Amino acid sequence: MSSILIAIVLLATLAIIFGAILGFAAVRFKVEGNPIVDQIDHLLPQTQCGQCSYPGCKPYAEAIAAGEKINKCPPGGESTIIALADLLGVEPEPLDAEHGAEKDVPMVAIIREDECIGCTKCIQACPIDAIMGAAKQMHTVITDECTGCDLCVEPCPVDCIDMVPIATTLQNWHWDKPDDLIATTEKPHETPHETPHEKEVH
Amino acid sequence: MQPITLHSFSGGIHPQENKHQSTQTPITVLPLPSQLIVPVGQHIGAPADVIVAVGNRVLKGQLIAQPKGFVSAAIHAPTSGKIVAIEQRELPHSSGLQGTCVIIDSDGQDTWLEEIANGSRAIADYLEADNEVLINRIRDCGITGLGGAGFPTSVKMAVNGKNIETLIINGAECEPYITADDKLMQERALETMRGIQILLKLTAANHCLIGIEDNKPAAIKAMKEALHQVHGEHFINVVSIPTKYPSGGEKQLIEILTGKEVPSGGIPAEIGIVCQNVGTCEAVYRAVAEGKPLISRITTITGESIEQPQNVEVLIGTPVKHLLDFAGFKQEKSLFQKFWHSIGAGSDNSAASAAKPRIIMGGPMMGFTLSSDELPILKSSNCILAPSQKELPANDVASACIRCGLCTEACPADLLPQQLYWFSKSGELDKAEQHNIADCIECGACSYVCPSQIPLVQYYRHTKGAIKEERAAQDKSNRSKIRFEARQDRLDREAAEKEAKRQARAAAAEKAQAAKKAAAAKAAEEAAKNGDANPDESSPAQAAVKPEPVDLDKLQKQLDAAQAGLKKSMDKVAELKAAAAAEKNGDTEAPIEAPIENMEVFEKAVATRRDKVKLLALQLAEAKKSAPVVKKEITRDDIEKKLRAQQDRIDKTKQRFELAQEQGSETLPALQKGLDKQMQKLKELEEELAQFDKAGA
Repeated sequence: MSSILIAIVLLATLAIIFGAILGFAAVRFKVEGNPIVDQIDHLLPQTQCGQCSYPGCKPYAEAIAAGEKINKCPPGGESTIIALADLLGVEPEPLDAEHGAEKDVPMVAIIREDECIGCTKCIQACPIDAIMGAAKQMHTVITDECTGCDLCVEPCPVDCIDMVPIATTLQNWHWDKPDDLIATTEKPHETPHETPHEKEVH
Repeated sequence: MQPITLHSFSGGIHPQENKHQSTQTPITVLPLPSQLIVPVGQHIGAPADVIVAVGNRVLKGQLIAQPKGFVSAAIHAPTSGKIVAIEQRELPHSSGLQGTCVIIDSDGQDTWLEEIANGSRAIADYLEADNEVLINRIRDCGITGLGGAGFPTSVKMAVNGKNIETLIINGAECEPYITADDKLMQERALETMRGIQILLKLTAANHCLIGIEDNKPAAIKAMKEALHQVHGEHFINVVSIPTKYPSGGEKQLIEILTGKEVPSGGIPAEIGIVCQNVGTCEAVYRAVAEGKPLISRITTITGESIEQPQNVEVLIGTPVKHLLDFAGFKQEKSLFQKFWHSIGAGSDNSAASAAKPRIIMGGPMMGFTLSSDELPILKSSNCILAPSQKELPANDVASACIRCGLCTEACPADLLPQQLYWFSKSGELDKAEQHNIADCIECGACSYVCPSQIPLVQYYRHTKGAIKEERAAQDKSNRSKIRFEARQDRLDREAAEKEAKRQARAAAAEKAQAAKKAAAAKAAEEAAKNGDANPDESSPAQAAVKPEPVDLDKLQKQLDAAQAGLKKSMDKVAELKAAAAAEKNGDTEAPIEAPIENMEVFEKAVATRRDKVKLLALQLAEAKKSAPVVKKEITRDDIEKKLRAQQDRIDKTKQRFELAQEQGSETLPALQKGLDKQMQKLKELEEELAQFDKAGA
């Protein structure tokens, strides 16, 4: 009988001790905010374009964490949807066409500077402060920072902002993927090799 | 010096060397071409800034583009002549992209710049000179690595603070066909050796190892002799290494000579080693001891389509066609490009236009096909290969991977090519990265051994580029995030500041109001104390503190309005009731202005309005009782004024009435009614005036 009592007392004591530790830890190491929001935010492309109908990537990340659909981000496209689906353990869905289509090539805004009247409207529209200028002074886009979100195009009263594809330079060029040909497919006129290997050299 | 213990790197292949063809004749100086195309971006880093203009005359060795930024290299005029254009031209690069080129029409004189010709730029006692002077000279002369990558030498040699133990000179030249370094070492061993001495001084390394593959005995002999001549045996060792591709790879050569491995993702300087190509050493010597910039190099021109394979000293910017013509290019034997898969963006046209001879810049393993023979020789172009159809047959279509593992055995970087292939094919960039694809040196050994002819190295090149691109995108997105958050913070801060200012203003206004009130109260108090306060005479200060007197007129007006509202509501209710009754009786034609369901709402409105009327009536009564009745002094003027105003109003109404009559407006009856009312009022006023006059009299 006493052994049962001892066991009960012991377990109760342990429960109280661990309960206290857990309780302390819950207070001491309390996580501010929802950590999943940051993870989702990290996967989003940070164009801050608002095409998802939220005012920026962070708000959309918060909405996703609260149960919003993951297919509303055209700049991120399919790869972002898949990454989000992986993170959240949900099925990837096709991109919601309502919010726009995925662009084939990344774009940047360019101001035709001689036409700019210096109204600062685009500066106010830019979500990441990537446009420089002052009232009645010419404005210009910091091309390296521009995310190509389009938000500056609409407010421009003289339509002097163009969206242009990012130019391929020797710095950002890279090889294309080789054609996926195997011998079982029809033999093409060209071979997928461009670097020779002298196999039958005599 | 101690004999060197050689090590070996894993993997590697032994392709046919094909070096003897081009080593039969001495190095020839190529005749001057009529036009030179000099790209300003031939090196790793930022393209140089052009400092000449179209129409300028330039002399041989004159600076035409100066380095922009730290990692960049100067570009000099390779010959004397006139600048005819500075424009975008296709570059000899696998991408086929365009870049700025300076086009120089040669004047045939090949006149050196005065300072270089008279030797005033030469640093004779270079081994005593200051390191900074030497580095600046190397930079000013636009020396870049001549081994292939084209990294600015001055940047590589700026090793201040880094503890460099070993200088390794790369004379391995492991790629088949290429013999440019071999011939250089044979014929210009002394210059090369002196260049090595300069580099040794710059790096302050303890010793120097010159690695030369054992298939170049003549070069080894020449270098050893030169070493003896400069009395450098104590620090410098010429080492013969076994022939194996790719022993000329920087990391592979370091491993062979020292047994040390460059850490993954690192550079040799991290393990106390600097590596330079023999050609670079010779260029450094010319720059320092003769003051000559890098405007020419030794290039191998070889392949079965070339009549006389050889090594030539060629000016940078010489069109490849000029070189081919000199060495005797046999078009009929050449391998035609149509058999080959087009590469890059610029060579699509070349694939379409069939029957263009295939010219490779670089060796058969790591070189790339030129889209045209109009492209220029660069500082890093060590070989022009024009193979015949038999020599380099078109690769067959790739078969499926049979997992034989030959690629893994061949890989000199100890990677798993097969795994990397799967990951590259399926686009699993993160996994490829985990398998250290970044350490792939793109030597092509895996593709060479692959029995299925899978273009493995092409997959890795693509994947490496894609990873780089993805990383750049991630960097950019992180930056955007920071910028976005900073902007958001700024906007919030601005809003908060605005709000704070507004509140401060409100507080100040309140304070001012309170002060005013306090002053007024004080004034009233003082007035009371002084005893000359007149209760009838209401001073403005008193008015301010007293509650506002109830305005009887206003109350009356409110009461009237409330009463009118009540009447309206009651009418409506009656109407609705009638309509409801009519409907009940089946008289559907009765106009129903509002749905009968709204009856309750109207009834409620009637109730509230009734309450309001009662309340107002009560208030009015009380106000009348309590408030001191302020009798207004009515003068005759007042009444006359009112009369005149009324007369005006009537005139206006009459005008409107007439206008309405003319237009046949629907408002006619309403206007008639208004006019009648106004006339009535006028009469009343006239009577009042008459009464006033009577009373006055």
